[in-house]
Amino acid sequence: MIEASRLSKRFGPVIAVRDVSLHAGDGRITGLLGPNGAGKSTTLRMLYTVIAPDSGDAVIDGRSIVKDPLEARRHIGVLPHSAGIYQHLTARENITYFGALHGLSRADREKRADELIELLDMQDFATRPAKKLSQGQRTKTALARALIHRPRNVLLDEPTNGLDVMAVRGLRNLLVKLRDEGHCVLFSSHVMQEVAALCDDIVVIAHGVVVATGTPDSLRERTGQASLEEAFVKLIGTGEGLE
Amino acid sequence: MRAIFTVFGKEFRENLRDRRTLFSALIFGPMFSPLMFALMLSLMIRHGSDQADKPLELAVAHSERAPNLVSKLVEWGVTVQPVNYDDAEAREAIRTSRNNIVLMIPENFGAQFESARPAPLALYSDSSKQALERDVRRTKNILAAYSSTIARLRMTARGLDPMVLAPVAVHDVDVSTPASRSVVILGTLTCIILLTMLMGGLYLSIDATAGERERGSLEPLLTVPVKREHLIYGKILAACAFMSLSLVLSVTELAILLHFVGLENFGMSVNFGPLTALKVALFSAPLIPLGASIMTIVAAYTRSYREAQTYLSLVLLVPTLPLVMAGALGLEPSPVLMAAPALSQHFLITSLLRDEAIPMLYIVTSIGVTAGLGLILAFVAGRLYHREALLG
Repeated sequence: MIEASRLSKRFGPVIAVRDVSLHAGDGRITGLLGPNGAGKSTTLRMLYTVIAPDSGDAVIDGRSIVKDPLEARRHIGVLPHSAGIYQHLTARENITYFGALHGLSRADREKRADELIELLDMQDFATRPAKKLSQGQRTKTALARALIHRPRNVLLDEPTNGLDVMAVRGLRNLLVKLRDEGHCVLFSSHVMQEVAALCDDIVVIAHGVVVATGTPDSLRERTGQASLEEAFVKLIGTGEGLE
Repeated sequence: MRAIFTVFGKEFRENLRDRRTLFSALIFGPMFSPLMFALMLSLMIRHGSDQADKPLELAVAHSERAPNLVSKLVEWGVTVQPVNYDDAEAREAIRTSRNNIVLMIPENFGAQFESARPAPLALYSDSSKQALERDVRRTKNILAAYSSTIARLRMTARGLDPMVLAPVAVHDVDVSTPASRSVVILGTLTCIILLTMLMGGLYLSIDATAGERERGSLEPLLTVPVKREHLIYGKILAACAFMSLSLVLSVTELAILLHFVGLENFGMSVNFGPLTALKVALFSAPLIPLGASIMTIVAAYTRSYREAQTYLSLVLLVPTLPLVMAGALGLEPSPVLMAAPALSQHFLITSLLRDEAIPMLYIVTSIGVTAGLGLILAFVAGRLYHREALLG
């Protein structure tokens, strides 16, 4: 469970995120929806402790990201926006390396890697060097790497970027599976259809502030629009989300 | 703490598989530079001995006008080549390099010689050709020796003591040892050792910092529950390991190659055997953490792999500066200078190869200060990884 309260971050004169509060519950998929440059990535980066908020805090399964970032990291699995993997390691070595960094024993991380390779259908390329993998295969590797330590909370920044239709379907199935297992899944996207198809809860963010929160139905109701896309455009105030 | 070794192991293994890193760290640097150095030395030796052994060739125009002088020249080991030039032909022969040196005996030589007046000789050469300078000097020395012998004979014949011609007698006392004459060569040798050692960690430190950011693998790495400084210590450690490999390889190869070159020609009194090689490596090793930390810090500040490459090749030159300065200013080891990284390693290796006594204080200062600075900079690099600007 992720509970963020009044997170703010500025880069020089630019206020990237202002007073963002959000709740992402266990057993639910929460979508962070907003146009490009709205502050989605900055919010996620604060939540997964790569950058520190100027003010505000977030609590992940009881651990503050400000006071105890190291402990908070044990409870999150992260797929960042540019999830690069190591070119000269095989897909499997990329996965087990993170297992070792999470402090898993050798036997444990090998076993867990086996599970993930099966779960993500990676058998064909698990022993291939990463530089020979396709974009979809790399994303799978990065996902498996993020899940090696069985995190309760999974954060994904624009996870479907650069994936083909089949890979996107595979990813959706995985996220649903994680939700059904009781995980807290938080992902960002600027693609309406994706959010509409997947999310239990939606946090709409624009210009660094949260403009609406709720289930897809409640958002449609509130804006009086039949489609979520229209609701979204209405919420962020302009047509810029369609750029 | 265990994470440091996890990162170390991964960086080490990954870079062993990277052809570029492997080539520059373990093949190009440690293999080729000692080879080039040894080749240069053996060329120098061959060139030197060629010159000394080569008989002096001298074209003598009209040798029949001074048979006595010519037979003396032959006695001195000069290969006399009789020619029939006049002044213009002699000039032409030098200009066209048909002859290197022409000794012209003019028509009036015999008459002047017999009447005990200065007998003219003309020596043609091209002073702009440096390679011939040595032969010209040899010729002049032989002619001067001949002249002085005749003078003494003439004085004796007139009942005078030839000693009056030598009011002073100057003795050359040259106290240089073969070792002290080889400053440049020893300087080059330490440069090669230190440079190949630093080059060993170059690509790894770029790859582990700027490269990691460019690939987009830095951000995921920062989400693991490991202190950032521990991540960077692991990377520095991997760079150190590669540098140590480079050092060991290059010193080993130098030891083998120089064994064949024959170092005594260059005044290295010590046989560059296994023990010396080991000492050279031990004296150089304290520079490893310092170099790895500096390269990591510089690479972490750059925005891209390419930029890191540019800056780091400049950084590589830094340790050679004190060595060049030492050569130019004739610096001698002193307790203060032994605190200077790179320079102190140069002094230690040089003294070692010259078989000079090295005060314990010097060794302790060099190793202690250099290694200490390395640890401090590794700590600085760790602090640096807390900056958010690092993510680019």
